[in-house]
Amino acid sequence: MSEPKARDVLWEPVFDRNPVTLLILGICSALAVTTKLETAVAMSISVTAVMVGASAVLSLIRHHVPDTIRLFAQISIIATLVIVVDQVLQAFFWELSKQLSVFVSLIVTNCIVMGRTEGFALKHPPALSVADAVGNGIGYSLVLVAVAFVRELLGSGKLFGYPVFALQSEGGWYVPNGFMARAPAAFVLIALLIWALRSFKPEQTEGQTRG
Amino acid sequence: MRNELFAPLRTSIDVFLRSPGRTSRGAPHVRDAINLRRIMLVIVVAALPAVFMAMWNTGYQANLTMARIGLAEAPGWRGHVLSGLGYDADSLWANIVHGAVYFIPIYAIAMFVGRAWELLFAGVRRRPLIEGLWVTGLLFALSLPPLIPLWQVALGISFGIVVGQELFGGYGRNILHPALVGRAFLYFAYANDMSEDRIWIAVDGYSRATPLSALQATDPEIGMDVIDPSWAEAFLGTIGGSMGETSALACLIGAAVLIATGMGSWRVMLSALIGATSAATLFVRAGSETNAMFLLPPEWHVVLGGFAFGVVFFATDPVTSAQTNPGRWVYGFLVGALSVLLRVSNPTYPEGTMMAILLASVFAPLIDWFVEQANIRRRARRG
Repeated sequence: MSEPKARDVLWEPVFDRNPVTLLILGICSALAVTTKLETAVAMSISVTAVMVGASAVLSLIRHHVPDTIRLFAQISIIATLVIVVDQVLQAFFWELSKQLSVFVSLIVTNCIVMGRTEGFALKHPPALSVADAVGNGIGYSLVLVAVAFVRELLGSGKLFGYPVFALQSEGGWYVPNGFMARAPAAFVLIALLIWALRSFKPEQTEGQTRG
Repeated sequence: MRNELFAPLRTSIDVFLRSPGRTSRGAPHVRDAINLRRIMLVIVVAALPAVFMAMWNTGYQANLTMARIGLAEAPGWRGHVLSGLGYDADSLWANIVHGAVYFIPIYAIAMFVGRAWELLFAGVRRRPLIEGLWVTGLLFALSLPPLIPLWQVALGISFGIVVGQELFGGYGRNILHPALVGRAFLYFAYANDMSEDRIWIAVDGYSRATPLSALQATDPEIGMDVIDPSWAEAFLGTIGGSMGETSALACLIGAAVLIATGMGSWRVMLSALIGATSAATLFVRAGSETNAMFLLPPEWHVVLGGFAFGVVFFATDPVTSAQTNPGRWVYGFLVGALSVLLRVSNPTYPEGTMMAILLASVFAPLIDWFVEQANIRRRARRG
């Protein structure tokens, strides 16, 4: 098996093998934290940081971890990193960490982090694993930020908390769309995103399951 | 490329104006003339009494209200249109035209925007246009309150057609009724505009609670006294509300047309009626000290709100309802019972028919699957 190129490993997960839109992973957090851009960006950075750290560490010790206990090693390393990220958020961004609440600690169970460590870092050298983690982090972040951008703009007429559309209740013209503040809106937006992406890249469509 | 994009538009205008030039010469022929276009036409005809009531009653309510609060003429362009006719609530034409100036723009926008989306998708996909919109657009317009802003109509039908229909591959492949998807989107997106008391009667700034919202807001000790129209008024539909859904009588005539022509399933309608009646009877028996909605008897449940309209026109939709006869009984019962359950137990929304039909449609394929499996087992046993 030939070693993959670092550039491919880094950029493939962004569009061609995007963890959210192609593999449909990490959907739960994409629903929960995307009502505002601020929380979406914080979540993106947190997940990427945990994934890069976990991939690097696990890749370094991959020859020393017996196959039978590899899940245990993964979980404990990921959980440690998540606690570190959670503590940093609580220490320096208290307000933000309150809004993110339980979703930061739930990064432990984020399928993308588990998937990349299990599927890539345990079989590849550290530099490549870090590139893979960064690529997947960017892919995840892009979707999260795109969804949050639409939801915050249409749902409350703001971006990063700054008013962009003048609200009708404050004398402006824009009536906020309450649907966007609800979780199903994230489902619909991700569905539209996947629809658009697969219309441009038909090779991403799964085969017909039924005739 | 360009020609193909507009091919569905050309074809649809062509078949609307002329009959097709090509006919087959040899036998055998399918003798039945029914096709999708005729099915749509029958449903539109069945909805005509509701359309009439949408215009007449919207105008009647507006004229009554204007006389009550002493308003001399309607504002804006509507005032110009109505200037020759007057605002006499006893005049048939004054009522119809006054209603029409609210209904026609909403209907026109729904049809125009919906058709634009359908043509775009049909053109990009190189597929012929499917004539689902005649029904979808009409039912969508009928299900809206008269004072809804027109941009919301455009947004609602866009969501209904794009997400409720085209995303699944076009009309006939949708799992939920596109008009209901659009209506539900508007309800969640602009909850204030879609449920406040001021939108039900076509006079700006005049608010009057619907019987359901009045009952929901009241104390059980006052109970049914808070509903001021009589049962006969609610049945005939001379009350405020979403334009096409106030009259249970108009829906009943529509139901007769649908059943007589075989376009709507009587099993779904009857079963929904049974479901609503049983659920309402159960709630009346159970009683409640805090929730006055428990008190609403079954004969009121079926004439108020969107129940009759939803059951006759949305629940019987050939695409999104159950397809097997035993399945239709289960599906219809689910629609009826859930409508009442949601009305009574949901504290934020006094109407539940829309949600009930959406939810039942989600389960319709599953219900059919069980019916099919039971049939397969029965035949296997027979050997």
